[in-house]
Amino acid sequence: MTAQKENNVAIECRGITKRFGSVVANDKINLTVRKGEILALLGENGSGKTTLMNMLSGIYHPDEGSILVDGREVTINSPTDATKLGIGMIHQHFKLVEVFSAMENIVLGTRETLQKPKEMKARIEELSARFGLEIDPQEKIYNMSVSEKQTVEILKVLYRGAKILILDEPTAVLTPQETEKLFEILRRMKSEGNAVIIITHKLNEVLSISDRVTILRKGRSIETVVTSESDVHSLTELMVGRPVELSIDRPPVENRSEILKVVNLSIRKPDGALALNDVSFTINRGEILGIAGVAGSGQKELCEGLVGLLSVEKGAILYDKENIVGKTPAEIIDLGISMSFIPEDRLGMGLVAGMGMVENMLLKSYRSKKGPFVKTQPAREQAQRLIKRLEIVTPGVDTPVRMMSGGNVQKVLLGREIESSPNVLITAYPVRGLDINSSYTVYELLNEQKKKNVAVIYVGEDLDVLLELCDRIMVLCHGKITGIVDADKVTKDEIGLMMTGEQLQSESETEGEN
Amino acid sequence: MENVKQKSSREALLHIIKRQEMGKRQATALRFGALLLALIAGGVFILCMGHSPFGVYRTMVSGAFRSKMAVQATVRNMIPLLLTSLSVTLAFKMRFWNIGAEGQMIMGAVFASYFGLFHSDWPHAVLIPVMLLAGIVGGGLFGLIPALFKTKFGTNETLFTLMLNYIALYLVVYLEDRPWRDPSSPGYAKFAIFGNNAKLSKVFGVQSGWIIALVMLVAVAVYMKYTKHGYEISVVGESEATARYAGMNVKKIVLRTMFLSGAVSGIAGMVQASGTTGTLSQGIANGVGFTAIIVAWLGRLNPVSIFIITFLFAVMEKGSSVVRSTFNLSEAFASVLQGIILFFVLGCEFFIRYRIVARKRGGKTEQ
Repeated sequence: MTAQKENNVAIECRGITKRFGSVVANDKINLTVRKGEILALLGENGSGKTTLMNMLSGIYHPDEGSILVDGREVTINSPTDATKLGIGMIHQHFKLVEVFSAMENIVLGTRETLQKPKEMKARIEELSARFGLEIDPQEKIYNMSVSEKQTVEILKVLYRGAKILILDEPTAVLTPQETEKLFEILRRMKSEGNAVIIITHKLNEVLSISDRVTILRKGRSIETVVTSESDVHSLTELMVGRPVELSIDRPPVENRSEILKVVNLSIRKPDGALALNDVSFTINRGEILGIAGVAGSGQKELCEGLVGLLSVEKGAILYDKENIVGKTPAEIIDLGISMSFIPEDRLGMGLVAGMGMVENMLLKSYRSKKGPFVKTQPAREQAQRLIKRLEIVTPGVDTPVRMMSGGNVQKVLLGREIESSPNVLITAYPVRGLDINSSYTVYELLNEQKKKNVAVIYVGEDLDVLLELCDRIMVLCHGKITGIVDADKVTKDEIGLMMTGEQLQSESETEGEN
Repeated sequence: MENVKQKSSREALLHIIKRQEMGKRQATALRFGALLLALIAGGVFILCMGHSPFGVYRTMVSGAFRSKMAVQATVRNMIPLLLTSLSVTLAFKMRFWNIGAEGQMIMGAVFASYFGLFHSDWPHAVLIPVMLLAGIVGGGLFGLIPALFKTKFGTNETLFTLMLNYIALYLVVYLEDRPWRDPSSPGYAKFAIFGNNAKLSKVFGVQSGWIIALVMLVAVAVYMKYTKHGYEISVVGESEATARYAGMNVKKIVLRTMFLSGAVSGIAGMVQASGTTGTLSQGIANGVGFTAIIVAWLGRLNPVSIFIITFLFAVMEKGSSVVRSTFNLSEAFASVLQGIILFFVLGCEFFIRYRIVARKRGGKTEQ
């Protein structure tokens, strides 16, 4: 290694290993990031990306291996150490004080909190201007949109003089337009000679923003490639370890007949804020209705309202002109509707994390048997059937589901719900946290249900998937519908615009069709 | 790798790391190790007091079994502790922190004592079931109060049940002083002794409450493991959101379970009043409801383990009293010894879940 090259390297990891109990999260990982470069860290969920970055930012400590910053070996014991070394991390989940202003959050924890507000404001504004960030330093966090909050996070690390920026899945919560804006900022940082590491599993973004890509698989650094010399297919292959078919099937809708009609539905969150505001739409048999929107636009409340977990403030959910709002689950089943709900929080709501598959199967069926006792035998058989059918990997049907991998957990949940042969299947972020293989299994299962004439609702975040999988897409923004469109007649950008609240002109036509 | 290292800061010497699930055998070994350490530490304490640790320990164990009467006393100690431990287990399984077994036990005893004091002319075969029922209702209702407030207003059940203990205790003080005071007793106020019809008969020389306790042990074990109600309790305890998702009526389950939890403590109160003390008294519960919390946790909410631990506690209790009289020690001595043993046994639970790792240079972990 020549001295000159060494100089150009901002941060280097040599043989980093990290174990959690018997699990090896990182196995002798090597990683080099140069100054003035954007490196994408690509890998499926559970491949060890976040663990590695948490070690760079001082949250974890490696068991083996060394970290070099500017060619010097360092020990990073705490986030404070990381800050001193010029490493700044922007976490997936923002770490901001909601009731503080942007400025207060930015200076929080630095020695400069004692400065005059005017001086701090000037410094922040100067910093913002340099990197093209738009933010009002005096605005409170709780008034901000997700992308503004992210901007504050970025300013926070820049204010501390970060030269190495780590972003953990920064685009997961952004619209396509906001993503482009973020990338503009990252390019600006790069041109100032900073090193940027961006963690993501969205391939298109990797290709558009990064200079080089390091691929992690099962805790190992597989390869580092130059972005301009690779494409979606070669990257996927490296990430998964074998060639993968990347297209999602969309079988045609056969007979579009209405099963549920939602009229002027309004739902309040438990804290009293209006989560859904006067929403009307229909769900048809044998189609997949996608729901798009920035996180927190009312998707959760819509799902929970439909299945009766949240009380409805106003409006109706009609099944054959009969309003099912306020009816008990038993009364709803008597009408001939069987609704299944795959909640976003699988282990905290859909399943009991500390129980095994058998007891989780019982969750929906234990009441149907007569007498005071629970019969576990049918549930045991059901669990074994699901293991075979969906190829679920688990040490046993009584192993707590929280010990299973994310993909297998989702298979347990989906499998249980599908076995109850629903005619409405509501899924909230069903592939979140799943690896590519499991994700495609989920898409296939949903399509299978669609072919069985089940009405499927798919709340998703990846617009590419929504566009490929769904028949119609409904876009929510601040609890209002900003458009219901046919998926094959709309572009990603148009959906992105609707997510930020702009109504689409073609909307009236689509509604006319229904 | 080069040996020259420049460090930006010093590494922490010790780290606490969460363990993966520990194997059953390993956990058991650790618990026995903790018990051994406790005995050693207790031994040092005994030595400092100028006695032989082996002599004291031997007396402790033999004291609990040395005679038929000693064994009977040990069993008698077990009855209220077993019942209240089962009582809090029902609530704890639901993650409802019922610290009020003490009060619920007292209320059970108060309700039962009403019949024992004022209807002792009823035939034994009628009076005892009525008193048992009264104990169930008294304890159950007293358990229901915090559950009602929690489901309606979201009050904190820990504080609520804790404070209710004092209400129950001082209710007994009031009853003893005024309305239920024994008029035939001169001098200071006290309750009259129950008539013979109101006393539990003895089986094998011990009040028949032990049969009730064993029946409740089986009943609670079956209820928790094999019934729909028991399943609902576990689901609510694990995650209320999941319970609601599955269509369970969480409020109803909480109310029902807390009534049952209180009822089992109420039975303990009735059994204690009717079988052991022969009347109501201020010391009817005597802290058993609090010890039950420790027993339930040590037994990991498993009825069979709880039975074993209750037995050990009763042996320790009886054994200490024998040690006290044999070696002429103060009552505090036994309490200190019990405290030392509990400290180690409870402390080892930390090491079952976490381990402490010392760091060596270069970020390498000594394993």
